[in-house]
Amino acid sequence: MKLSEIQKVLDAEVLCSNDLLQREVFSCFACDLISEMLLYVTPNTLVITSLTNIHVVHTAHVMDAVGVVFVGGKKPDAAAIKNSEMMHIPLLTTNHLIFECCGRLFVNGLKGNKKTIDDADACR
Amino acid sequence: MPVDNLQYTPHIKLEFKIDEKDFFMAGESASRVKKTLQQLGLHQDIIKKIAIIIYEAAMNVSIHGSHGMLRIYIDPESILIETEDKGEGIPDIELAMQEGYSTASHEVREMGFGAGMGLPNIKHCSDELHVDSKVGVGTKLQAKVYLNKKRHAE
Repeated sequence: MKLSEIQKVLDAEVLCSNDLLQREVFSCFACDLISEMLLYVTPNTLVITSLTNIHVVHTAHVMDAVGVVFVGGKKPDAAAIKNSEMMHIPLLTTNHLIFECCGRLFVNGLKGNKKTIDDADACR
Repeated sequence: MPVDNLQYTPHIKLEFKIDEKDFFMAGESASRVKKTLQQLGLHQDIIKKIAIIIYEAAMNVSIHGSHGMLRIYIDPESILIETEDKGEGIPDIELAMQEGYSTASHEVREMGFGAGMGLPNIKHCSDELHVDSKVGVGTKLQAKVYLNKKRHAE
């Protein structure tokens, strides 16, 4: 599923990196705890959250997330949006809340992220 | 594969100063170290573990540590992440290591931290973890990640 399709499914507005909406989304992770995002977000995961601070952007960048959707019509400040653009992380905002977003994406075929940090041991 | 390429990796030290409530630096330092490790050719899952340790440890310094330093030592066998602060110290390290235990402020919780997952996450991602703390003096944390765990276990 591409980010552009997710934008339509969630009636979302794109806040930055419009040019990256053709990116493929492999899985989805929704939460409002940065520590959990750090543990469970893997490359090409879409993050859904109501947090709007710069840590969401940094975490998405560090964990190679494919993009971030802010729920409830929330938007990060201009500095966070600018940072995200520089880091090539598309940001979207929707008026829907977390449960509604997850439900819409699930019925459209997007699954939750099952990978954990323990999988990293397989590579060394 | 990527790990074996590291036999030629030079010894590298990265250093970041962390001020009290400088919450920006945690993510910034994790981002910068990630780029360096990518350039060295480390596997992305190893980079992720190291980034998590750096992010959580640096946040702990800015939240509880008053001010301090973050140092990353890279060598061909392992990566050591070290934070040293002059903060309030940890009265009961065993309790602080328990998932869900937190003394973080409302401000920190509003940012999405302070759920009592910081030290447990660091422990989870580390092969070795040492935390030394003295109340009223400060805390020193050292977390090591081996680049070839099987070779180290032999």
